[in-house]
Amino acid sequence: MSKVVSRRISRQTWSEWSWGWFLIAPTMIGLIVLNIIPIIQTAYLSFFKSGDFGRGNIFVGLDNYRKMFDDVQVWHAVGNTLLYAVLVVPISIALSLIVAVLLNGEIRGKSLYRTIYFIPMVAAPAAVTMVWRWLYNEHFGLINYVLSRIGINAVDWVGNPKVSLISIAIIGIWSVIGYNMVLLLAGLQEIPKDFYEASEIDGASKLRQFFVITLPLLSPTLFFVVVTSVIQAMQVFDVIYMMIDVTSPAYEHTVSLVYLFYNNSFKYSNKGYGSAIVILLLAIIMVITFLQVRGQKKWVNYM
Amino acid sequence: MDTKIRIPRHSMIHVLLVIGAILMILPFFWMLLTSFKSVTESTSMNPFVFFPTQWRWGNYIEVLRQNNFPRLYWNTFAMVVLRVICSIVFSAMAAYAFARLKFPGRGFFFGLVLFQMMVPTQIFIIPQYLMVDSLGMRNTIFALLFPGLVSAFGTFLLRQFFMGLPKELEEAAKLDGCNIGQTFLRIMLPLVRSGMVALGIFTALFAFKDLMWPMIVNTNSDAATLSSALAKIQGAYSVDYPELMAASVLAIIPMLILYIIFQKQFIEGVATSGGKL
Repeated sequence: MSKVVSRRISRQTWSEWSWGWFLIAPTMIGLIVLNIIPIIQTAYLSFFKSGDFGRGNIFVGLDNYRKMFDDVQVWHAVGNTLLYAVLVVPISIALSLIVAVLLNGEIRGKSLYRTIYFIPMVAAPAAVTMVWRWLYNEHFGLINYVLSRIGINAVDWVGNPKVSLISIAIIGIWSVIGYNMVLLLAGLQEIPKDFYEASEIDGASKLRQFFVITLPLLSPTLFFVVVTSVIQAMQVFDVIYMMIDVTSPAYEHTVSLVYLFYNNSFKYSNKGYGSAIVILLLAIIMVITFLQVRGQKKWVNYM
Repeated sequence: MDTKIRIPRHSMIHVLLVIGAILMILPFFWMLLTSFKSVTESTSMNPFVFFPTQWRWGNYIEVLRQNNFPRLYWNTFAMVVLRVICSIVFSAMAAYAFARLKFPGRGFFFGLVLFQMMVPTQIFIIPQYLMVDSLGMRNTIFALLFPGLVSAFGTFLLRQFFMGLPKELEEAAKLDGCNIGQTFLRIMLPLVRSGMVALGIFTALFAFKDLMWPMIVNTNSDAATLSSALAKIQGAYSVDYPELMAASVLAIIPMLILYIIFQKQFIEGVATSGGKL
């Protein structure tokens, strides 16, 4: 009875299906080959040990994980990575929030400021770390020179295990302020001006406006910035790699999980152990992100 | 009275912002100044030398002589351009399908896209390296492009842009006899141009800054990128900071020039893509 109709509909549906599959094919094939299979492969590799001279894999079961939990350096790396994130994320977000709020008003030269604050973001971390290393130089660095002029003794910013992670965190904060500021500024501009006008009539101070209007209404953007900043910070590598050599006395106090992963996988060619480390990193990031998503109900206001 | 309070407050804001701005660009300024100094000048503490006594190009000449910078520029350029093209083309295709077409497996495949975005990228590196190695493609431009052939982030981002377009457009196109491919290419694609620009800028920026992948996969100095070459140069010079700074200036200058020309697109690209996620 309605055979003709149903066939026409199915032909149209079929056409939509095949267009859909065709359009997603390159991305999906790429994702499966480049990302999905590698996740499985990395998990699989973490149960193996690379044979001598990097060839031939020997199944070792959970040995890599057992070794990892006994490895002091892994615990150092976990601690360093978390400490780095704890230093960089709150400070960089607080500073970028201040800059964003200052720029959100009717400020002259707003776009010039914005352009300047964003510059560190467009420079390669390798180059940026090199100049910071030079600024930090114990004997000839600009920072120690300025400190000496105000009577503070030279600090070994890079080599002293007690300060090197702070020096690295400073670079991390400096690099990311502009990026976070641009995201927060976009969020601030979404807040309707009427809210401020209304509260001004009620006689609210600027500071009160910030806590009563700005922060709650900015919280979704802030949440996004916090989550992505934490994930970024947990993957810190470039700056530490460029700044701290494996032979440096500060290595143990600065090595991050990704740096350790790199050294084990590619420097010492123990890809099995490297895989176990990166699985640990994945687990830590998953747990932290999960906790943040759970915790967002407490402070994030979606309008 | 109100104005009296306002003027100093605004100038306080400017003071704060200017201090911040100086801190942001001071390292670059110092990089540039040091690159023109002699080693003696750069290590002189008493008196401390801020500006080089003369503008020496010697450090640049030396760095250019010892490293194949034209080659490094080319490798970096080729990697960035290819990654930008691949991510935009493939992501736009997939994003349109995910945003507007209904087909079996859509939810599952989009789930894979989201899953990829949540996983730290280091987890892919060993298998990707093994693949490039077994293809015999180490130390090639292809190796540099390899992890950026497709982009889950790009797919997600452009999907958000497509979803923001009104449905009536497609219905009108359908009535005019366009098939799905024509609707996508002629009607919808031009409307997400700002999304594609944002994705292109993002991809270019992160490809340019990437250090670990080029270091692992292209170990020959002629196949390196600007970033990975700098890591090598640092190891080789170690104490000659004027030359290291000259190399750094040469490495950051292409992206800096692009940024200064397209600053509005850079900043808007970051702002809109952040807001879309």
